[in-house]
Amino acid sequence: MIREGYLNGLVLLGFLAVPLWALIADEPFTITLATRAAILALAAVGLNIALGIGGLVSLGHAAFFGLGGYAMGILAFHAQTFAPLELGPVTITGTKSMPVIWGVAVIVSALAAWVIGLLSLRTTGVYFIMITLAFGQMFFYFAISWGAYGGEDGLSIYVRNGFPGLNTLVPIQFFGVAFVALCVALVLQWRLRASPFGLALNAARQSPARAEAVGLNPFRLRLAAFVISGAITGLAGALFADLNRFVSPTMFSWQLSGELIILIIIGGVGRLTGPVVGAALFVALEHWLGGLTEFWLIWLGVILLLIVLFARGGVIGLLTGKAGPHV
Amino acid sequence: MSAILIIEQVLNGLQFGVMLFLMAAGLTLIFGVMGLINLAHGSLYMVGAFAAAWVAGATGSFVLALGAALAAAAVAGALVEMLVIRRLYKAAHLDQVLATFALILIFSEGTRWVFGSFPLFLDVPAALSGPTTLPGGIQYPKYRLALILIGLAVAVGLWWLTARTRIGIQIRAGENDREMIAALGVDISKLYTLVFALGAALAGLAGALVGAIQSVQVGMGEPVLILAFVVIVIGGIGSIRGAFVGAILVGLTDTLGGIFLPELFKLFMEPGAATQTGSALASMSVYILMSAVLIWRPTGLFGARA
Repeated sequence: MIREGYLNGLVLLGFLAVPLWALIADEPFTITLATRAAILALAAVGLNIALGIGGLVSLGHAAFFGLGGYAMGILAFHAQTFAPLELGPVTITGTKSMPVIWGVAVIVSALAAWVIGLLSLRTTGVYFIMITLAFGQMFFYFAISWGAYGGEDGLSIYVRNGFPGLNTLVPIQFFGVAFVALCVALVLQWRLRASPFGLALNAARQSPARAEAVGLNPFRLRLAAFVISGAITGLAGALFADLNRFVSPTMFSWQLSGELIILIIIGGVGRLTGPVVGAALFVALEHWLGGLTEFWLIWLGVILLLIVLFARGGVIGLLTGKAGPHV
Repeated sequence: MSAILIIEQVLNGLQFGVMLFLMAAGLTLIFGVMGLINLAHGSLYMVGAFAAAWVAGATGSFVLALGAALAAAAVAGALVEMLVIRRLYKAAHLDQVLATFALILIFSEGTRWVFGSFPLFLDVPAALSGPTTLPGGIQYPKYRLALILIGLAVAVGLWWLTARTRIGIQIRAGENDREMIAALGVDISKLYTLVFALGAALAGLAGALVGAIQSVQVGMGEPVLILAFVVIVIGGIGSIRGAFVGAILVGLTDTLGGIFLPELFKLFMEPGAATQTGSALASMSVYILMSAVLIWRPTGLFGARA
């Protein structure tokens, strides 16, 4: 058994060691896999704030992931075609600058999370799960039928967007960008959980009635958590689109929302580095089992069933010997 | 836009609605009685369709194919209930979502393994192919009309089962107080398996019936599953009456929205933009309907519990 604090440090060091080893061994594909894991982990860290601390089982986080992706896709598309985007009286020229794109992705997905949260947080339990699923589908079908940005076929961006001072086309440099973003999100979640806001949110998850009795407003706490959560997942979406240099409606698909929850469950719900462990294992499994058999998803399903039925705290729970928070 | 076209589209909407009802009825029963969210319900729909297509291909009989769909989905449902679902009744919703999501992966990829990625085809039976003339001179496909009638018959049958039979009394009692009916000597775990198999059989029937007008392929269940969720959220989770009303509303909104919204937008927009805006909005219309209902009544039209 190991203290969770040390384990978190080990997880991050291990996560950093793999691409550094790959750099020395000249295995650029492994670096790309690590980048993919870092970005998926970032998306799941976002979801973990709503799910792990707030107890909000959102099956629609692909909406924010996709919005982040399309924020990147649309801005970069207008930059590469040199056609300004006309929104009524405002004209926006596209951009290939990552920081600007990230800002837009975060703002757009935070706004969407605010509206979706305002509507769906009126419900609880199963209704909440299903209404978030439905909002995700709403965006999915909208993206499919909106032909201006590729519709069902998606949108290709030919050159990866730039970050001042870096060459993002070099795999290890882009991994660095994604890893730093992941660490910033982890520090944010860590500080958040210990802050008065995080404690109040935790209390509202454990017992809404008591939280209300001491003067807290569970609805506003949950809404704030949902907005922060959506914004982080949106940022991950922008990075993911940049990794693939491609956006398509599958970024909005409900399977993706399900996968984000899976990442959290594999690692451990509400654990700080749970999503990181989950994403690393998921990408490794996908690569390893995917190489062995075309039908690797069957084995993922079996592993997942075993975790749900027999290993409730996920990997971090197994290693620390402590059960996770009850959601 | 003629009256005949409108009536045809209303019938199409009804047909879609009653098929959604077959899916939603099982989902809502399972949630009402066992308190379980079953994401794998769409897989049972797919199992029914594949069983029907395979048997129809081997024997050429549509009736046998329907029987096979019912049997295969019911058996798959009962097995899944006994092996996995039984352990999840007391678990948190999150665990139920995950375990049934895992079941989707297993079912979908397993089916792809056995049948391959190419779609199978299930033919409409000869007696029901071609159009029929309705009063008022409207030509309408016989098969779609038959689907509407089958769906309505199942709805009446389900009402009869829950309201008028001993097993129905046990099901309704199970929704209200499972400890009490167990104490009264009802074998609750057998009842649960039975309800799950019944829901699965309805999903399998829907899969086989719809499989004859669409192609039978892996992944066919999930879009229907999500619409069925929308249906039971609109109707109120646990209510069969709510599932029926919700299914008809969703079926009509989806079908009529896809036809009439682009036309509506053409009244005040140029045709190209109108078609695009209209069809984008139409594909979202069902979800907009659901949000509107939930804002108005957070537990759905006929729902009592949250």
